[in-house]
Amino acid sequence: MTDATPLLEVTDLIKHYAVRGGVLRRRVGTVHAVDGVSFTVGVGETLGMVGESGCGKSTVARSILRLVEPTSGSIHLNGLDITHLGKADLREHRRSMQIIFQDPFASLNPRMTAGDIVGEPLSVHGLATGRARDERVAELFDQVGLRADQMQNYPHQFSGGQRQRICIARALSLGPDLIVCDEPVSALDVSIQAQVINLLIDLQRRHGFSYLFIAHDLAVVAHISHRVAVMYLGRIVEIADKTELFANPRHPYTQALLASVPVADPKKKTLKPLIDGDVPSPINPPSGCAFHTRCRYVMERCRIETPVLADAGTKHQVACFLNEGTGRA
Amino acid sequence: MAVINYDSELRRAGAHSTRGWRKFAFLAQRHLLGAVGLVIMVLFVLAALLADFIGRYDPLSVDSLHRLAAPSAQHWLGTDSFGRDVWSRIVHGARISLAVGVGSTLLGSSIGVIVGLASGYLSGWVDLVFQRVTDILQALPLLVLALVMTAALGPSLPNVIIAIAIPLIPTVARVIRANTLALRELPFIEAAKSIGMSETRIALRHVLPNTLAPLIVLATAQLGSTILTEASLSFLGLGIPEPYPSWGRMLSESAAEYVRTAPWLVIFPGIAISLAVFGTNLFGDALRDILDPRQRG
Repeated sequence: MTDATPLLEVTDLIKHYAVRGGVLRRRVGTVHAVDGVSFTVGVGETLGMVGESGCGKSTVARSILRLVEPTSGSIHLNGLDITHLGKADLREHRRSMQIIFQDPFASLNPRMTAGDIVGEPLSVHGLATGRARDERVAELFDQVGLRADQMQNYPHQFSGGQRQRICIARALSLGPDLIVCDEPVSALDVSIQAQVINLLIDLQRRHGFSYLFIAHDLAVVAHISHRVAVMYLGRIVEIADKTELFANPRHPYTQALLASVPVADPKKKTLKPLIDGDVPSPINPPSGCAFHTRCRYVMERCRIETPVLADAGTKHQVACFLNEGTGRA
Repeated sequence: MAVINYDSELRRAGAHSTRGWRKFAFLAQRHLLGAVGLVIMVLFVLAALLADFIGRYDPLSVDSLHRLAAPSAQHWLGTDSFGRDVWSRIVHGARISLAVGVGSTLLGSSIGVIVGLASGYLSGWVDLVFQRVTDILQALPLLVLALVMTAALGPSLPNVIIAIAIPLIPTVARVIRANTLALRELPFIEAAKSIGMSETRIALRHVLPNTLAPLIVLATAQLGSTILTEASLSFLGLGIPEPYPSWGRMLSESAAEYVRTAPWLVIFPGIAISLAVFGTNLFGDALRDILDPRQRG
């Protein structure tokens, strides 16, 4: 899947935010939200992206959609460099990429009907108006499991899961090649989560678009993704095929993350956590490997040098100095 | 969340029907004072609309035989020093008060909305410039600013409306700007960006409708103070020019000379002003309570 030309290619993406203070709003520090991230997403592929809160997952998502301007690096979509597209070109290009947000309550305008929300992209791009638009919206409603007669309802008349379906319909309306899902099910009840995830999988089978699926719930990511990338403090520390990553995690952080997944077995003894402490501040990230402050296998080298992603098996890359750059077996 | 949906708030608060009469019944039940305010406002609007029918006399016609007549069956509220019927003048004065109140509130709010939206949405130097101008305007009291404006423009109905509207701009702009800043960060604005909407369209279609609830409350509350400002301007001789009946002018003409000999000339215009301001303030307060979830028990 990844051998062909990738749909999305992100190269060395960096996003720094200035921390300003004092009366003169001088720059007093820098948040290293995303610090050199590179990855690809193939056509029809789902790349899962996991990591703790504040590790830069959402910033990656927003940079790809050009909702925030990256500090440096490049983003190619369908082979075209969209990093520096001007306003008009970007508008046209937005049709190929869409986003689904975490909070289905805040991501719908409370004063617009569901039908208007889903049909708005069609109007903005002049794709359909009047009856044709209504028909297209009804069709989209049907695709995401809503009834066409709900088009006149306002967002507050829908449940959380239904609202997220409206968001999905809106994202689908322009026929995108890439849909970025920024924790799309984190705000939903567990029973609803599965429905929405399965809907997303069905839609992908039908339309063949790609997902960049951001989540912090490993079970959800395991279910939907083809490949998984693990982020820590603005960097990808490990990226591999889903089965490979879950069966054979190489980076100590990934191992700790997998070990922390709760198991529904009351007799199972809780293992001593492989990791403790908190994520360091991205304002002054640790030198060398950002994980060295919490790593059980930390070596002298980790404090000085920054490990880069290196092959550790087929389609498996890890950024760790252990075992000559292949991580801990 | 910063976004308030008027209908859903009402419904959540217990009003299940959106029909007008039911809404009023609900208002009367939950906010008695607000309902009273609404009734007072409606009465004043009716008085202004029907002034020619319920006025009984021409408010401008002079009758030297009945100067300073006390309230009686012929002249319900008495007559003034020119023999003009006070009741007719008050009823016709409602037109002036409403015209100035509604006109200046609408004008001031519209400009305030534009300034506030631009300021909050564009931010950067536009915001900086607008906010500093707003600061300067806000440093001066409403009446003082209106006084200077009418003195400069000359007294006439449109000029009075403009003079009272301009000092309203900063307050409205502040509220709209604060709301815009909060709304700007919500995902549905990001979603609008990601479907390729232009900034102007986002501001008008997504931001503006969500700032309307606080705007309505603010405008209702301002209505009372604009009526009061017009009365004050007229009292000071800078409002609506003679011979049109303005409550403020009716007061100023009679206050010094006739307050002892013909107190009805002072009492009734005074009551009219107080009632109008009282009514709009009551209704404005009730609206604020209904629309603000934190105010509900």
